[in-house]
Amino acid sequence: MSHPQNAAEFLKNQAKAKWHDETLWFVRDKRDRISKTIPEWENLRNLASQIKDNVLANLGSYLEQFEQNAIKNGIHVHWAKDGDEHNRIVLDILQKHHCTAIVKSKSILTEECHLNPFLEKNGVEVVDTDLGERIVQLLHQPPSHIVLPAIHLKKREISELFHEKLQTEKGNEDPTYLTHAARLHLREKFLGAKVALTGVNFGIAETGEFVVCTNEGNADMGVHLADVHVACMGIEKILPRRKDLGIFLRLLARSATGQPVTNYNSHFRSPAPGKELHIVLVDNGRTAQLAREKFKNSLKCIRCGACMNTCPIYRRSGGYSYGSTVPGPIGSILSPGLDMKKHSTLPFASTLCGSCSDVCPVKINIHEQLYEWRQEITKTHGELGKGLSMWIAAGIFKSPLAYKISGGLMRKALKVLPDSLIYHPINAWGKSRDLPEAPKESFQQWYQKNRS
Amino acid sequence: MSSRENILSAIQGIALESKPLPEIPDFGIPGEVEATFVQSIQGNKGEVMDKAEFESWLAAEKHSKIISRSASFPDASNLYLPADAHELNDLDLAILDGQFGVAENGAIWLEDAELGLRVLPFITEHLVIVLDRNSLVATMHQGYARIGDASSGFGVFIAGPSKTADIEQSLVVGAHGAKSLRVVLV
Ligand code: SF4
Repeated sequence: MSHPQNAAEFLKNQAKAKWHDETLWFVRDKRDRISKTIPEWENLRNLASQIKDNVLANLGSYLEQFEQNAIKNGIHVHWAKDGDEHNRIVLDILQKHHCTAIVKSKSILTEECHLNPFLEKNGVEVVDTDLGERIVQLLHQPPSHIVLPAIHLKKREISELFHEKLQTEKGNEDPTYLTHAARLHLREKFLGAKVALTGVNFGIAETGEFVVCTNEGNADMGVHLADVHVACMGIEKILPRRKDLGIFLRLLARSATGQPVTNYNSHFRSPAPGKELHIVLVDNGRTAQLAREKFKNSLKCIRCGACMNTCPIYRRSGGYSYGSTVPGPIGSILSPGLDMKKHSTLPFASTLCGSCSDVCPVKINIHEQLYEWRQEITKTHGELGKGLSMWIAAGIFKSPLAYKISGGLMRKALKVLPDSLIYHPINAWGKSRDLPEAPKESFQQWYQKNRS
Repeated sequence: MSSRENILSAIQGIALESKPLPEIPDFGIPGEVEATFVQSIQGNKGEVMDKAEFESWLAAEKHSKIISRSASFPDASNLYLPADAHELNDLDLAILDGQFGVAENGAIWLEDAELGLRVLPFITEHLVIVLDRNSLVATMHQGYARIGDASSGFGVFIAGPSKTADIEQSLVVGAHGAKSLRVVLV
């Protein structure tokens, strides 16, 4: 299904769609408020962007330096060119340790590689330990947001799920009660796991260490109780120097949730005595993206989710409407690089209002890249065949004028439209580009009339 | 060709314009360091106490299983650090020394030497970190300057108790790790 079709599905539940929109806006607003308490905020964003530019310009040598230092620290380093190889490497490690059950903290990379279904097919039970991820795992769903995996669910649904799976009281929807039930349930899993898997937020070339950030402490509970820690890391996660972490840790949590720092920021340099530490360095399309001059900046992403929280389309269409591992604006410039045909409608799931680029802590020109992808997709439309809407074929987005107007139009209109119109399923605000067709009066006229 | 060579040669084949690595200026904070630190910890749902307040809290609480590795409270322990970390599952209270604290966000740095077992500050029901008030720094930049090139196998910035907001964005303290954090400034 295309993004507009999926968005229409999401908008059928108007009350929930409204809640989703407002909740993410609230997170965005928290980000704004905390960023304004740091006078050097823009400076930090510039520095982060420059550091990442430098990383991309020297990625090969930083990776080699990272590997060399990690090995010196007693870490086993593996390289995987794609998701399949990554999955096989992880399975090999598990089989060597006769391990049939693992705990896993948040890793978008392992979602991207479809590790869970692969391991389950091979007889390994995988328990996601981040609360939001555990919730969606019990529902057999993927996360709908990279930082807030269960943001599409209401507490009633979670209460029903926990009643069924964790035997909580029927009808008890208290988040504290439900969270503590999950704590007890997952505590057992932590105590029983021989191998723990984590993602990586940052890998440091000069020291060979890597950093994992959580608020729940689930990554640490897993790895420190297990005998073996496997960390899965996209090759773009490298930073040159330990002190660069000062910049990135200041930006990450503030951009993600509006908190000053994540509560646990763990630096892994070498395994604890008697234990084993593995890193899997994964390409899976990253070198191909690096070779695309117009799109390589997307590799600077630190997965904070701010561009999702601010995006008028994401907020009104939900993470699943994108049909890709990373949803939202950044997902819409990463995914077409992996599979242009499958993700051809994503770059159009945007108003090009530029809000994503404004909040991005590493200053990725997200909305410009969305526009560039539209050009690419429109150009290759003939090869891609059907599946693209008529209006794309009509070349509306080749017109710089349409580009200019549509951005401004959405920006202003969303402030003045009544909810019933915005969240109405047959309306288009959630459905990216369908709106501008057949206006009864010009937007200028309408806006003048309705503004007061 | 191995995947390692595959990846590295793919990167080498891309013409990449060189980009300089910027130097990081020494940013400060507007407020006073200790007051800002206290505010940050409270904002993260932790509590800050002085030594006397902590001692009377400890006496009143009557925790049954306590491990103290703090040089300031050597006699507070009633348990030894076990050989197997799993035995810490029913630990009530861990008292640890922090190396330094960061005012802007309340993050406190601990390494293997302070932890004894890496799981200790996570698995304990309640966590107390003892900090020399002279060890506070303003920002993360100064924090990393303090860490320098220390080579501990593990180090962690802890800024508050374990928390989550994954159910309808309602903040709940005590997800998997410690349900409370008290910072004792000495
Ligand atoms: S693109 Fe920028 S704003 Fe979006 S998730 Fe990545 S770092 Fe965050």
